[in-house]
Amino acid sequence: MIPAQFDYVAAESASHALGLLAEHGDEAKLLAGGHSLLPMMKLRLAQPKVLIDIGGLAELAGISVDGDDLVVGATTRHADLAASDLVRHEVPLLAHAASQVGDPQIRHRGTIGGSLSHADPAADLPMALVALGGSVELQGPDGSRSIGADDFFTGFFETAMRPDELLTAVRVPRQPGVPWGYQKFVRRANDWAIVGVAAVDGRIALANMGPTPLRATAAEKALAGGASPAQAAQHAADGTSPGEDIHADREYRRHLAKVLTRRALEHQAG
Amino acid sequence: MSILGTRVLRTEDPKFLTTGGVYTEDVADDRLEGACHVFFVRSPLAHARISSIDVSAARQAPGVIGVYTGADLADLAPIPPSAAGLINTEMQQRLLAVDKARFVGEAVAAVVTEHPYQGEDATELVTVDYDPLPAVLGFDPADDSLLFEAAGTNVAGYWGDPSKLDAQLFDGCEVVVKQTIVNQRVAPAPMETRAAAAVWGDDGRLTTWIPNQGAQGTKADMAKLLGIDESLVRVITPDVGGAFGAKFGADPEHAVVAWIARRLGRPARWTETRYENLIAMTHGRAQQHTVTIGGSRDGNVQAYRLEIVQDAGAYPKIGAVLPMLTILMTSGPYDIPKAEAVAKVVVTNTTPIGAYRGAGRPEATAALERAIDLFAAEIGADPADVRRKNLLAPFTEPHRTAFGALYDSGDYVAALDKALTTAGYADLRSQQAQRRASGDVRQLGIGVASYVEITGMGDGEGTPPEENATVEVHPDGTATILTGTSPHGQGHATAWAMIASEELGIPVEKFTLKWGDTDLIPEGGGTGGSRSLQQGGAAVQQAARELLDVARLRAAAELEANAADLVFDKGRSAFNVAGDPDASVPLTQLAENERLLIRTVFSQPGATFPFGTHVAVVEVDTETGKTTLLRVITVDDAGTVLNPLLAEGQRHGGIGQGAAQAFLEEVVYDDAGNPLTASLADYPFVSATEVPSFELASMATPTSYNPLGAKGIGEAGSIGSTPAVQNAVVDAVAHLGVRHIDLPVTSRRVWQALQAVQPGSEQ
Repeated sequence: MIPAQFDYVAAESASHALGLLAEHGDEAKLLAGGHSLLPMMKLRLAQPKVLIDIGGLAELAGISVDGDDLVVGATTRHADLAASDLVRHEVPLLAHAASQVGDPQIRHRGTIGGSLSHADPAADLPMALVALGGSVELQGPDGSRSIGADDFFTGFFETAMRPDELLTAVRVPRQPGVPWGYQKFVRRANDWAIVGVAAVDGRIALANMGPTPLRATAAEKALAGGASPAQAAQHAADGTSPGEDIHADREYRRHLAKVLTRRALEHQAG
Repeated sequence: MSILGTRVLRTEDPKFLTTGGVYTEDVADDRLEGACHVFFVRSPLAHARISSIDVSAARQAPGVIGVYTGADLADLAPIPPSAAGLINTEMQQRLLAVDKARFVGEAVAAVVTEHPYQGEDATELVTVDYDPLPAVLGFDPADDSLLFEAAGTNVAGYWGDPSKLDAQLFDGCEVVVKQTIVNQRVAPAPMETRAAAAVWGDDGRLTTWIPNQGAQGTKADMAKLLGIDESLVRVITPDVGGAFGAKFGADPEHAVVAWIARRLGRPARWTETRYENLIAMTHGRAQQHTVTIGGSRDGNVQAYRLEIVQDAGAYPKIGAVLPMLTILMTSGPYDIPKAEAVAKVVVTNTTPIGAYRGAGRPEATAALERAIDLFAAEIGADPADVRRKNLLAPFTEPHRTAFGALYDSGDYVAALDKALTTAGYADLRSQQAQRRASGDVRQLGIGVASYVEITGMGDGEGTPPEENATVEVHPDGTATILTGTSPHGQGHATAWAMIASEELGIPVEKFTLKWGDTDLIPEGGGTGGSRSLQQGGAAVQQAARELLDVARLRAAAELEANAADLVFDKGRSAFNVAGDPDASVPLTQLAENERLLIRTVFSQPGATFPFGTHVAVVEVDTETGKTTLLRVITVDDAGTVLNPLLAEGQRHGGIGQGAAQAFLEEVVYDDAGNPLTASLADYPFVSATEVPSFELASMATPTSYNPLGAKGIGEAGSIGSTPAVQNAVVDAVAHLGVRHIDLPVTSRRVWQALQAVQPGSEQ
């Protein structure tokens, strides 16, 4: 429970952080809220040689509207996201998802950029990003690029982000007044989802039903074809092969995905 | 007005809520200056032969002072099993594993460093060559892989003789129901993990700080583990952050830390990590019950059999003794004409089992209360009615059970009825009927559990339970109490001061309570088994009264009056001549020339038997299997209540812990004996979001065994709530054909049970 030795550098700017990343390569890790990284370091599952702290960079924080999109800075804390009137009005599902992460202490430390880069398939914000059809903005040595949620999550705790890149912002389409549903099945309020479902505007995303947050495409298709929520939900687990752990086996997860999808499509947020 | 029975706020809390406690890791004693730090290398395999240990690389690591293995500790005798007369004596434990590792987390080597941070780095450099062996797991382990080859079996022993079970026990019963039930393994998970600090003086004596539940017992264990005389050991108990039974005595690690301090001639410290705590501190429960219950169709229970298998883990410690307590409480609060119980103890490649809140008695209650519900379901009767019909009639003279327990006093039906009335039982049943009729997705379940438990047991060898206390009044108006109990959250400083204040007329805030230093208080039974108030508190009362006897004689001399003519004025904490308030002398003055103190031992005729009934109301989502605990209503009659605030706190904690066992907590191993619940992200100890506010009804039937009229309350909450919640969950889906769901009744288990009775009926 004591991390291996590492150096710590507080980045002075995003470009400074990028420079440090280029300098240290694979041996460096970006630190923002630290609520995923530090536990892994304490268990020595991660042993970076250098931590580059971007948590204090004002240029990476903040929430604003840009045309049809809501733009959220990477170091925005979950608690700020959940409490933001702007987010609650423009993209209520995102605010709700942020309010469901862990417990109050975690929400006041953890950041949206950190959660998305960590890419835990059971986590709230990756699922929310997929449901919302959002994208992330990445900055690297050769400039910046944008990747859509469907392409960003590439595997179990893996993303399309390169080691020398920095996630600077998250972009999601504004959708005030659009009905949405959010279902997170947990043992305890502060746990990760055993199965999660977020549904909005014809898109359905699943948490913990595979190595990445997934789209329930068969259910989406059925819905688009005029199926009722109950009918569409029957297809929620189609094509999925969820993992098994002490909380659930494959069969139970697939069952939960169907029940929770129906409830999410009925706009229940429970 | 008497202070007894009032809600005096905890005098301990300002410290804990502001500067915090001083736990073993925080102790800043001059004697510990320059301490080295111990870190343990632990087995990553459940069962393996250790062919070699290479510590050379670790020895070269920065800050390393020494690395020790079992070979270095050859001078220390192995730890014999508990209950050695009944348990196979070949099943011994070395302080550090030698030749074999028998569970994931067993200490194999100890790395000593200058700085605690260096220990974990150096530990990674210790190379242990393991030769894996098949892991022995479960309640029915075969003997093809043996934990202890010399024992020739994985069965550690028996309580009772299974071959002597009565084949005719259920003859004449119209209905007989049999069910195998698992009372799962749980982790104590105290906020403060295990720790130690040790230093040897020039006089050859060890002083060691250890978080424990009774310094005197810990001292005896340390002396035994180190092979030295008890007089050479001083144990000091700092603040203790939770124990739940698992901090009794001393563990191998505590002794290794002391051994290292002696070997190096410098103080040594150790604090285990959360991960280590979850895999290496003893676990609790881990019993399998096969219950058979028989009776008449009109609801009279006529016979009951309890067959126990205790998984003792890798080494038979207190866990091997728990079945004795389970057997003792087999028939619980019921009048069952024929009942019998036996237990088999097995060893497995898992963390050893120790005491855990209730320690053997919750297991008895859980088995019996499930059996009563199974019986009620079989005959189609209301489970509350079946209980009422079979509970023992009220008694004020001690009642001896077939298992030898001597219940001191009880009115079990009154407790049941009070709990049902407080819950609004009839109304709940009609709400349930409505939901059943409408086919609601969320079904209501009502669970009832009646219990009687044993608290304040003696040593089990015929010596009556006793405890000592010393009370001293100082000239400055303050007073000191020494106790042989060992508070770790219960509030003894408040409670003991209340008792002495009531006698001596000294305000509660003037008292200082001391405990947990074996040089200051050489004797004591510590805190566990819900014993402290009834014996330790009663000892304080007795000491205060005896102190007044001494003070009266001194006052008589001072006032030149007959002792018999003096009256004690509590309001002024002074003696005066009857009818002449001006001829008075305060206790403070009587303490001026000669110390005014009394040490006394209070002895109780026997154990006391608190009882009660818990009612749990749950909502079960029949689509997902998820349980929501809506209400818990309890009657916990622990005799006269000294401080309702403290008693309610004990009940709250116990109910929460017991409910957690019912629907959340379980230590899980995979097929190779790897622990899967080795972090608090995986081990789901209960949090405030999973439990409702508890509804506590009052009932107090005093015991005659101590002048306070008090029985124990520390464990009752966990004893009643587990079966009440479990029964409630089963009850919620009983109309769909479900009869039993094992602990913990997780969402998945509920869903699987529903699938089994209505296959394919999802959504």
